[in-house]
Amino acid sequence: MKFAVIVFPGSDDVEMYRAVTEVLGEEAELVGHDADSLEGFDGIILPGGFSYGDYLRPGALACFTKVMDEVKKAAEEGKPVLGVGNGFQILLEAGLLPGAVKKNKSLRFICRNETVKVENNETMFTSLYEKGEAITLPIAHESGNYHCDDETLQRLKENNQIVFTYENNPNGSVEGIAGIINERGNVLGMMPRPERATEEIIGGTDGLRLFQSLVKHWRETVNVTNA
Amino acid sequence: MSQMREPTPEQIKSEKLYREMGMTDEEFAMVEKILGRLPNYTETGLFSVMWSEHCSYKNSKPVLRKFPTEGERVLQGPGEGAGIVDIGDGQAVVFKLESHNHPSAVEPYEGAATGVGGILRDVFSMGARPIASLNSLRFGELDSPRTKYLFKEAVNGIAGYGNRMGIPTVGGEVQFDPCYEGNPLVNAMTVGLIDHKDIKKGQAHGVGNSVVYVGSKTGRDGIHGATFASEEFSEDAEVESPDIQRGDPFVEKLLMEACLELVKSDALVGIQDMGAAGLTSSSAEMASKAGTGIEMNLDLVPQREEGMTPYEMMLSESQERMLLIIKKGREQEVIDLFSKYGLEAAVVGKVTDDKMLRLIHKGEVVANVPVDALAEDAPVYHKPSKEPDYYREFQAMENDIPKVEDYNETLVALLKQPTIASKKWVYEQYDYMARLDTVVPPGSDAGVVRIPGKNKALAMTTDCNSRYIYLDPRTGGKIVVAEAARNIVASGGEPIAVTDCLNFGSPEKPEIFWQLEQSVEGMSEACRALNTPVISGNVSLYNETDGKAIYPTPTVGMVGLIIDLKHVTTQEFKAAGDLIYLVGETKDEFGGSELQKMTYGKIFGKAPELDLEVEAKVQKQVLSAIRAGLVASAHDISEGGFAVALAECCMSAQGLGAEVEVTGNPVSALFSESQSRFILSVKKEHQEEFEKLVDAQLIGKVTDDSVLRISCNKEEVIHQQVDQLRKEWEGAIPCLLK
Amino acid sequence: MYKVKVYVTLKKSVIDPHGSAVEKKLRELDYNEVSNIRVGKYIEFFVKKSDRDVEEVVKEVCEKMLVNPVIEDFRYEIEESVNQ
Repeated sequence: MKFAVIVFPGSDDVEMYRAVTEVLGEEAELVGHDADSLEGFDGIILPGGFSYGDYLRPGALACFTKVMDEVKKAAEEGKPVLGVGNGFQILLEAGLLPGAVKKNKSLRFICRNETVKVENNETMFTSLYEKGEAITLPIAHESGNYHCDDETLQRLKENNQIVFTYENNPNGSVEGIAGIINERGNVLGMMPRPERATEEIIGGTDGLRLFQSLVKHWRETVNVTNA
Repeated sequence: MSQMREPTPEQIKSEKLYREMGMTDEEFAMVEKILGRLPNYTETGLFSVMWSEHCSYKNSKPVLRKFPTEGERVLQGPGEGAGIVDIGDGQAVVFKLESHNHPSAVEPYEGAATGVGGILRDVFSMGARPIASLNSLRFGELDSPRTKYLFKEAVNGIAGYGNRMGIPTVGGEVQFDPCYEGNPLVNAMTVGLIDHKDIKKGQAHGVGNSVVYVGSKTGRDGIHGATFASEEFSEDAEVESPDIQRGDPFVEKLLMEACLELVKSDALVGIQDMGAAGLTSSSAEMASKAGTGIEMNLDLVPQREEGMTPYEMMLSESQERMLLIIKKGREQEVIDLFSKYGLEAAVVGKVTDDKMLRLIHKGEVVANVPVDALAEDAPVYHKPSKEPDYYREFQAMENDIPKVEDYNETLVALLKQPTIASKKWVYEQYDYMARLDTVVPPGSDAGVVRIPGKNKALAMTTDCNSRYIYLDPRTGGKIVVAEAARNIVASGGEPIAVTDCLNFGSPEKPEIFWQLEQSVEGMSEACRALNTPVISGNVSLYNETDGKAIYPTPTVGMVGLIIDLKHVTTQEFKAAGDLIYLVGETKDEFGGSELQKMTYGKIFGKAPELDLEVEAKVQKQVLSAIRAGLVASAHDISEGGFAVALAECCMSAQGLGAEVEVTGNPVSALFSESQSRFILSVKKEHQEEFEKLVDAQLIGKVTDDSVLRISCNKEEVIHQQVDQLRKEWEGAIPCLLK
Repeated sequence: MYKVKVYVTLKKSVIDPHGSAVEKKLRELDYNEVSNIRVGKYIEFFVKKSDRDVEEVVKEVCEKMLVNPVIEDFRYEIEESVNQ
């Protein structure tokens, strides 16, 4: 499976790239913010970091790049799109996922491991987790306080779009939401950083199955139909 | 300032205007003699910043010469942006610790943030990729709104800059003492990794080569920052501060990536950060080191504000700027490279053969001075030194053992002292996981970062117990280095080199100068004994408020090499049933201890003794046992003594406790701060082998019941639920900040 | 040339963590008469005269980039400016 890791000025691309290539053992390419095509990629990842220095609003300025038009196109085509941390913020700003994030309730940056509950394991991103499973994933953000209006929340619940919740809500998110998926089920955004939990030596491996789920889904569906 | 007409050379002399820039009458006379004429306003400015303590080390040079700076691993000692040490496989580690105390006292967020930015540039300007940062912070007691504000904002600033750079902050220390109330300390360290072949230096070789300016535009911020850093504060007078520099980590990240790409190109001859004294120091130093001169046309310098004078441009400390020397004819490719990252690059001058720094502005030569005079010929002062009276009094005192009524209460109270309390509130604001190489996050003895693609890692720490140094600077100086090394060893590393940041009061006072001399003497002895040469450093003097100096605080940053990832060791106990050993001798030593400070509200007496031979032997034994795979956990004993260290071994684990038996005076056994001690835990099956390697006392075992039990002379003196202890220890700082 | 001032605040229905923190601190200092603090952003810029309606341009810029309508409200002031 070949991933595009989208690089904006200020992104932390190196982590996602290393996790996908060195640990997961899949192909990945760093794709710049001015790229005008995402042809040939099987999955798109918007990594964490501080695109455009978080200026104006986290994720806001990254939306106005050429590559985001391509990301939207890929999402419409049904390709898997994953945004973690800042990548999630970009997906929200771009309108690919509903809601917005505010500053953490504590107003401070928080870096630590959190217990995260898998609310929905029937997605292409989470099939290798158990439903209700408690996993440990690092968070590292200053604005992860997810907000949406009641109507949207109701819809998220009805459609089973809430994929991850925190056990101990660290940032003030509505209903402890840590990650959501679009209605179609191919765009996942989450504040926790699964790529930072892929090796025992750096603190854990609970994030690895998210990527493995994606690869499995690709092997079973897309790859087969193409073959 | 720009609206005013600049004073004439005659006015500068007759009205002694140079004094406002921090120059003495004698220094001005020296400048006049060097030039053979009176300097104009701009030239006076150039000399005043280059001859400030911050840039010239004019007061500390004779002392700094005592540091051992050579060793088999040292590739670059003090004198460049940062020092470089070989770590094998054609790789080297680059690191430096630097102060940003004065800006942080005025504007803590930006002061601390730009401190981080500056030290990062020092490292990547050598061609090294920064892989980790650390810091060392000092504040007054957390009881005044001002101190709480300074502390919160300094931490926030470090996080704000470091996190945006994507460089993990993996370690550091924070201590609190009334002596830092008006003069907090913010010292920042960055560790970088480089291949030997990519090492770049700040030298302006090759007459005719181009001088290229890259990064942010120059504004009026931070003018005279270097001089500002060399003055003391006064509380009643409104602090005469320059506009504080504001950092832009977003630009710095782009600048870092661009520079790291550039260092691979042979178009680059030399590179230096525009740090303190900005354009002046970077140009003069690069030319002086290469034996050349530089001519710059200031009209070509990218400017953020209108109507800037040569004086303002040369002294500005705007952030995120670098000065490059580029081979003649290759300028465009460099400009293109930076433009790819959205950064400005401008050719502003050329390398000359006349060893002069010549500045042209609006078609006129506005300064023409010898580069060596600026960079090398600052006067060197041998300040008078005098042993202070307090030292003699303290040395004459007998060792005092504080009275302890309730050991349990005392342990809890010690764990809640801000200096000992968990620093989770601090380090959780730092992205310590960035880059995916952090093997041991903050909270253990040292931060450990693996080297990508290799089965090796680097352990790193910052340390300084200034109370010991105040009581006895020579012994305290030894302890600083020894403790840093102990932290490295406890993490499974071999200490390889040291960087330092000497934070002291005013060297004009003989007693302060004596503290400086003695500390450096002690540190040097320890560096020799432990084979850790000093490869870089920085001096911050005049840390005083209303004439009262901080404790002498020569902070040490140390890096160690872990030769096999299997050797990485942490402080927390690993499994019930493991045996607990105490390494080292416990004496009745409470001078400068946490217990003494807590009991009496002040410190006095002798600092704990340190025998460097014993220290070296103990460290060697512990490291050899770790390398033999015999040690499950290791923790050095420091502030608060044995009981605090043992509690930390339990609190940082989950669900484990300890049951141990010690002997002697219970107060000393529990709380003395004797040096050269470790707590190790060892699997039962390794007992025999371990005892052959290490002189250690078996004192008990790890339990599975989350209770800490300590008996002394067969009587239980401590019985505490670990969960309760952890709550108090972790809750102390957030509670004080409420 | 027009000078434009844009004020961005979190919507009334959205909890403002920044504002709550400031308000709490002021309460501690006994400023009991102060309430409902909302911390927002102030943005200013110039718009050159063109055949497009200036208000239309300002609204568009705000809605497209300066403001996140999911959580933020905005208002603006436009004044004619003689010098740059």
